[in-house]
Amino acid sequence: MTRALINVPAKAQRAEVIEIKTLISHPMETGYRRDNVGNPIPRNIISRFVCTYNGVEVFRADLFPAVAANPFLSFFTVATESGTIDFQWTDDHGNTQTASASIEVE
Amino acid sequence: MDDNPQDTAATRRKFLATVGSFISSFAAAPTATVRPATATPASMASAIREVVGEAPVRQGKVKLDVPPLVENGNAVSLTVSVESPMTESEHVKSIHIFNEKNPQSNVTTFYLGPRGGRARVSSRIRLADSQKVVAIARLSDDSFWSDSVDVMVTLAACLEDLR
Repeated sequence: MTRALINVPAKAQRAEVIEIKTLISHPMETGYRRDNVGNPIPRNIISRFVCTYNGVEVFRADLFPAVAANPFLSFFTVATESGTIDFQWTDDHGNTQTASASIEVE
Repeated sequence: MDDNPQDTAATRRKFLATVGSFISSFAAAPTATVRPATATPASMASAIREVVGEAPVRQGKVKLDVPPLVENGNAVSLTVSVESPMTESEHVKSIHIFNEKNPQSNVTTFYLGPRGGRARVSSRIRLADSQKVVAIARLSDDSFWSDSVDVMVTLAACLEDLR
C-alpha cells in the first residue's frame, strides 16, 4: 500500500485552531501522457480526500489531474475535544487508503 | 528629412515581412505538438458557471498565493485563504480552483465548514502552460468571491511524454 504522512499536533488547547498537513505517495497519473512506445498511460488519480474529527467531517477535497503527484494538503481545524482525526483518500478505482492520528485537548 | 522615402518604405516592408514570418513560425509551433483536449479561457468560464450558476462573482475577500514565476510546472505550491470568521452563521462553504490552459479546467475543490477555524488551504498543483489561475470561494450566505493570479511557467507539466 502507499505511504501517507500526516502531521497533527499531539496536544492542543480547547478551541485552538490547529494546522493539519497531509502527504500521500501517489503518481496522480493524468491519463494525458504516453509511454516510451507511444501507448497512452491510463489515468490513475486520487479523486477524493476526507478528514473527519471524531467521526464528524471537518474538511473534504475533490482532486483533479491538475493536482501534483504525491498530493499535499494543508488545512486548519478547531481542536474541540480529545479523540482521533481520521483521513481517507479514495482513488478512481475505489481503493481507499486511511490514516489516523490522536489528539489530546486540554 | 528623408532623402529617399521609397527606399525606407521598402526597408519597412522587408522588415515587416521578416517579423511576420517570425511570428507565424511561433504560431505554427503549438499545432505541431500533439495535444489532447485543451482547456481554454472559454472552457474555464463554463466550468466556473457550473459552480456559481448565474450568481455574480465579486473580487475580494479571497487571497490566492501562487508564485508569479515557476520553473517547474509539475509542482506549483498554491495557498488560498479567505477572510471569514468561520462561525456557524458566517463561514466558507467551499473553495474552487480553476485554470485556463491545462487539459481540464478544474484543479481542486475544497469543502470547509464552521469547524475549519481558519479558511486557509495549501496544496501543490500542475500547470501545463503560463496561464491564469482563479480561486472562487463560496460563503455561507451563498455569495461568491474570487481572486486570480497570472503565472509564468518555464517547464510545463501534464503533457510531457516518458522518454
